[in-house]
Amino acid sequence: MQKSWKEKLKLYLTIYWTMFKIGVTTFGGGYAMIAIFDKELGERKKWIDREELLDYLAISQITPGVIAVNVSTFVGRKKGGVIGAIFGTLGVVTPSLIIITIIAALFINFASNEYVMHAFAGIRICACVLIINATIRFIKQTVVDILTLVTFLCVFLVAAFTRISTVYIVLFIILVSIVFTIIKGSKEKKKDGHDGGAQC
Amino acid sequence: MLDLLIMCLQFIKTGLFAVGGGLATIPFLYDLSDKYQWFTHNDILNFIAVAEATPGPVGVNMATFAGYTTHGIGGAILSTLSLVLPSFIIILIVAAVLEKFRSNRFVVNGFHFLRPASTALIGAAGLRVLLTVFFDVEKVTFDMFGHLGQVFTHVNWMAILVFCVMFFLMKTFKGHTLIYILIAAGLGILLKL
Repeated sequence: MQKSWKEKLKLYLTIYWTMFKIGVTTFGGGYAMIAIFDKELGERKKWIDREELLDYLAISQITPGVIAVNVSTFVGRKKGGVIGAIFGTLGVVTPSLIIITIIAALFINFASNEYVMHAFAGIRICACVLIINATIRFIKQTVVDILTLVTFLCVFLVAAFTRISTVYIVLFIILVSIVFTIIKGSKEKKKDGHDGGAQC
Repeated sequence: MLDLLIMCLQFIKTGLFAVGGGLATIPFLYDLSDKYQWFTHNDILNFIAVAEATPGPVGVNMATFAGYTTHGIGGAILSTLSLVLPSFIIILIVAAVLEKFRSNRFVVNGFHFLRPASTALIGAAGLRVLLTVFFDVEKVTFDMFGHLGQVFTHVNWMAILVFCVMFFLMKTFKGHTLIYILIAAGLGILLKL
């Protein structure tokens, strides 16, 4: 009993520390973080698979809150239940709390410091490579037939070249999938009915 | 004390209604500024600049910064927790519901289409970052419609070189991401990117 309690605590702390590290590594928003999630939690730690990660991302687009935090909550829950979710969520926001508080306390021109600006220019390039690598990995996994290819291309063009909010894009795709399911369902029913008739 | 409670409630409200990522919190911050004079519009521009330039989700960073500016460390902790509380609860509920209906054909088909859509969203974000990295940006405005304010001038060859180096390093070695970020930051300072 004692041991399992200890093991649980160890698991929660592992979740916290993993999310803490991801919180530190994330620059410039949720998408860069998805790339890091995929690399650290998918490829290295094998906590989640790529499809789950994309599912979490899609849900996080249409639920309130910060995308990266929402995904952390998902991952924490999957690894360690509700308490795991708490540790995951706290882990990912702790670096922000510490760093922002320090900067706010000393804040005078941090963002316009010359070295800081050069460092961040470099980091932006790194984030860019991370996102592009992740996109390539995700395409291999998710674009499996003509319909998914069309979905990918349409969403990419709309998201890259228009100012339509991602919330509406995701809601539209959900609508399309519902229509698709209904049409497919009624087709299968017809087929079943036809087969039944032949048997008679 | 009452002031702190109101701030928590306001950030809970922001966390509940800001759908679609960290930058969705910006209009709420402007509202708070008009209503309570906790911070000025100018402060908000500072929040955004700092939040973009530091690790961590942008929305969380802004809430922390706003909380700290108004109520010190306690305010920073409370505003951050308030911001993530609503989505935390909602995600737990969604995750539980999802587990139950995992094999429902609407859910299965839904995710079949949402996965390439999510991939495309990531790709589009990548393209946007790529453009700002490869071309020198004459003027970057930190408003919600930021990209419109960016004027591309000339190609930044040094950035493209660093991009290729980072791409090669990541393909060849399998280190923790933090290492690559530190290398990139170092290259940025060395080459004065």
